[in-house]
Amino acid sequence: MYKKGIYEIKANEPLTADVHRMILEGDTQWIDRPGQFVNIELDGFYLRRPISICDYDDRTITLIYKVVGSGTEVMSRMTAGAKLDLLTGLGNGFDPAVECRRPLLVGGGVGVPPLYRLAKELSARGREVTVALGFNTAAEIFYEDEFRTLGAKVFVSTADGSKGTKGFVTDAIRENAVEFDYFYACGPMPMLRALCECCEQNGELSFEERMGCGFGACMGCSCKTHAGNKRICKDGPVMKREEIIW
Amino acid sequence: MAKNYDLSVELCGVGLDNPVVPASGTFGFGTEHNNFYDINILGSISIKGTTREARFGNSTPRIAECRAGMINSVGLQNPGVDAVISEELPHLRSIFRKPIIANISGFSVDEYAECCAKIDREEQVAIIEVNVSCPNVHNGGMSFGTQPAMAAEVTRAVKAVTSKPVFIKLSPNVTDIVAIAKACEEAGADGICLINTMLGMRIDTRRRRPVIANKMGGFSGPAIFPVALRMVYQVAGACRIPVMGCGGVESAADVIEMMMAGATAVQVGAANLKDPYACKRIIENLPHEMERLGIDRLRNIIGAAL
Repeated sequence: MYKKGIYEIKANEPLTADVHRMILEGDTQWIDRPGQFVNIELDGFYLRRPISICDYDDRTITLIYKVVGSGTEVMSRMTAGAKLDLLTGLGNGFDPAVECRRPLLVGGGVGVPPLYRLAKELSARGREVTVALGFNTAAEIFYEDEFRTLGAKVFVSTADGSKGTKGFVTDAIRENAVEFDYFYACGPMPMLRALCECCEQNGELSFEERMGCGFGACMGCSCKTHAGNKRICKDGPVMKREEIIW
Repeated sequence: MAKNYDLSVELCGVGLDNPVVPASGTFGFGTEHNNFYDINILGSISIKGTTREARFGNSTPRIAECRAGMINSVGLQNPGVDAVISEELPHLRSIFRKPIIANISGFSVDEYAECCAKIDREEQVAIIEVNVSCPNVHNGGMSFGTQPAMAAEVTRAVKAVTSKPVFIKLSPNVTDIVAIAKACEEAGADGICLINTMLGMRIDTRRRRPVIANKMGGFSGPAIFPVALRMVYQVAGACRIPVMGCGGVESAADVIEMMMAGATAVQVGAANLKDPYACKRIIENLPHEMERLGIDRLRNIIGAAL
């Protein structure tokens, strides 16, 4: 179920040079799974901006977003007290109830945020959570400590080797001989593909696409899967490994 | 508001409670928007463009944002006419009690006729809207809607297989919209719907490539409203059959302006994607706008500016 509402910015601060965290206050009753997203209306832009939910509680939503264009640039300059029009409850999200003991959460860049809420819910279910986070360079790393605070085992990789394993997140998984029986992943397409090539376990992956509406009406973000045509916004963004056509 | 404002209109004998109709391709088969509000407040619904065979459509990205609108190149993704009849329409019937408009597309004259003959048997379909912006595979991919003779041929083929009112939905990407509208009227069309999207494109300047995988796509949104209004005005002035206006409509004031230009009903497209409540908001604002302009009966203003 998804709805439209008005939300007030409580905080909006940089975590790194171009990644920001925004905390919004308003109705969160339509959000029911980690990995769902909100679609934000911005003054001066025709289409809404889809941003994944990092965390939420009864009254607030935490978003972590990267400045990649003029829309997110405008968002980064907004201050506490400003109001935003959001669609919430969008997307299917990850399934934290999957039977497993040692789930591995794999995030690349701004694919990391939705894994935070997921890690929280998996920990609450008594799962032994390992998190592998991939970034370009040490200065771009965020939320490493926050995942540790949840009790997760955290491994980091950087493409330039400035912190953790040098290389991709899949190198960090190999180097540390991470043991897991299920995975959840969110990040750029090459990372998702490399992950599926380097492991045999079942898992679910979150995808991105340019969207029109964000709630399934326009067929702008369709993709073909082994389970038929799907809309990334409504039937996704999360898909099971076996459904994906690479 | 103490006064009773009459929003009803009549389209080829089909009574609509109000003139507001979501445009094909921006409303699916009603399910998604019904999650936001009870869609029974709408005048009617123009369903997702339907073809003979199931289509996945074009590669992604299919969407590009523009300053006052958007470009799409979905490419008529739909489950095909048989699945529309067996799955989508029964579900739509369970959530929407009013007459609907079936939007039909084809890549040959035969395909239009076959699709139309099948959808003709559906009781809830009150009007058939024929999208002639598709490329004709038997004529070098030239769009049916760009030549009066081809548009007329499709009109005749479709009219031969249905007794329901047929509206031809015209492409604005032509030199003389009036000549095409008149050719459709002479071929037996019961009405004209205009405009479809305008051909446009955007370039991702960092990648130095078109944003859309298919390079070009259909531009819609508020930027095209004046173009749509002008074409509605020209066609309504030149034809005797009713016109459904479409293109960039975002407010009750736009609906009234479109009606004064000659539209009997008004379709709302891209606005449904940006604001899922767009049609609801427009319908609720119509009485206020009518009060402001001293209009009691909306149908009395159709073509008032002609």
